[in-house]
Amino acid sequence: MKDGDHVAVGGCLFSRTPLALVRELLRQRRRGLTLARNLTCTEGEFLMVAGAVERIVTAWMSIGLPWGVSKVMRHYVESGRVALEEWSHLALGLRFRAGAMGVPFLPALTMLGSDLMTVVEMKTLRDPYTGETLAAVPALFPDVAVLHVHRADMFGNCQIDGYPHMDADIARAATTVLVTTEAIVTDDDTRRHPDRTVIPGFLVDALVHVPFGAFPHECYGLYEADFDHFGEYTAAIDAAGPTAVADYLERYAYGPPTFADYLDLFGGERLARQTRRARELTASA
Amino acid sequence: MSSLCNAAELLAVMASRQLRDDTTVFAGVGVPLLAAALAKQRHAPRLTLVIEGGIIGPEIAPGRLPISTNEMRAGRRAQMLPGITDAFLFAQRGFVDVGFMGGAQIDQYGNINTTAIGDYWKPKVRLPGTGGANDIASLCREVIIVTAHEKRRFVPRVEFVTSPAWLRGDGSRRAAGLLFGGVSRVVTTLGLLGFDPETKRMRIEATHPGVSVADVRANTGFELGLAPTLETTAPPAVDELQMLRALDPERRFLG
Repeated sequence: MKDGDHVAVGGCLFSRTPLALVRELLRQRRRGLTLARNLTCTEGEFLMVAGAVERIVTAWMSIGLPWGVSKVMRHYVESGRVALEEWSHLALGLRFRAGAMGVPFLPALTMLGSDLMTVVEMKTLRDPYTGETLAAVPALFPDVAVLHVHRADMFGNCQIDGYPHMDADIARAATTVLVTTEAIVTDDDTRRHPDRTVIPGFLVDALVHVPFGAFPHECYGLYEADFDHFGEYTAAIDAAGPTAVADYLERYAYGPPTFADYLDLFGGERLARQTRRARELTASA
Repeated sequence: MSSLCNAAELLAVMASRQLRDDTTVFAGVGVPLLAAALAKQRHAPRLTLVIEGGIIGPEIAPGRLPISTNEMRAGRRAQMLPGITDAFLFAQRGFVDVGFMGGAQIDQYGNINTTAIGDYWKPKVRLPGTGGANDIASLCREVIIVTAHEKRRFVPRVEFVTSPAWLRGDGSRRAAGLLFGGVSRVVTTLGLLGFDPETKRMRIEATHPGVSVADVRANTGFELGLAPTLETTAPPAVDELQMLRALDPERRFLG
């Protein structure tokens, strides 16, 4: 990854966010990045406060309803320090899909008539068959995709459980694809369930084994998001403003030399609790 | 308002009654999802929930309400996880009967602003943004808005149309290329609002028990017409409130 890159982040909001990769990006002190993510959560706040990002391309940014509108987002966007480029959720999904398909745009029926059309680079076109007005959703080809998956093999073939989010499209659309995985499996394991492979190895440039690589966000079936941690994080921001995030980054991103040291800050008991909760939810069927 | 329940409970109960059995509903988190879960439990067992995180047919567990539309809680016992883009494409294809969502600021034509107060690039207040609200408002067969009734929310003209309803009420929705849909109803803490079939301006269709037309008008920032027949809603029943409270024992969305 280089300064100024357009970086697309996999997962969605606090689900399967590649936080180990985001942590590394922060530690490398990257600058001038554009972040593309369909729903943007704490990782967007980290990148804003670290001064890593100039523009965020998203449909929505905050953590979640119980924690209110992101104070960090408001601070950086209202002061003009970071541009927030807003697309509808489907439109952003279709931007990645158009990129994945290798076409310049996809016709769609969304965003039409709204003021979103007036603030982002989206044009309309006339259906050559019926004359109807269509949105021409432009393809997005990110420089780098950062993704976190459930399992991958030595060739980079990736499998995802539960919510697919937009990862498969993002991987196809991006020039460079960086992946962390909860588990490394054998070639035979992949071949036993090829239907579960959503990203073929030839798309993947680098793969790293990072269990809990999305924590404290969730990874479907493996660990639930740590809402207590979000509560503590937002309480600190409520009390001290965005500088609380700078302190948080010292403690969680810049301080701990390895990801294992980072996880130690949460403690094994917390990780075990969140693992248990995830199993309860996904085993209930 | 009934003294037996608070405003959020009243809103959730009234909203749940809008949903019919054997339909599909695209429900946003918070009170809309809570209301949809209540409807499914009480009177619409074959209601299929479609959720923005790319989820079809979940059964929300009492006490484990999702906070976002794309976390494990939202997909409990789901029938299908098609992914986000494809979930919306079911709506674009016309398969989703009702869009069910909240709104920060709403105008007399039902348009919603969840983007910004003030200039877009230099906002006075930046709101979180559309998320899937624009898509739900654009692509569902019918849209029902669920919101607290406050004067500051009900403005003559939203500063920014994040989610289009009837736009300027003059056929502009269809002219913009939106083939179907539009807001049919606004469920609030004071009553039920609809739209005049000709002008597409919002009007009062029913008031909740103990609420007068004057109360509704006093809490609305534009002139509200009246439907030809004005009704009073039935107060929340005991079983509705019991089921609702059991769904959200932590009071995350019920206050």
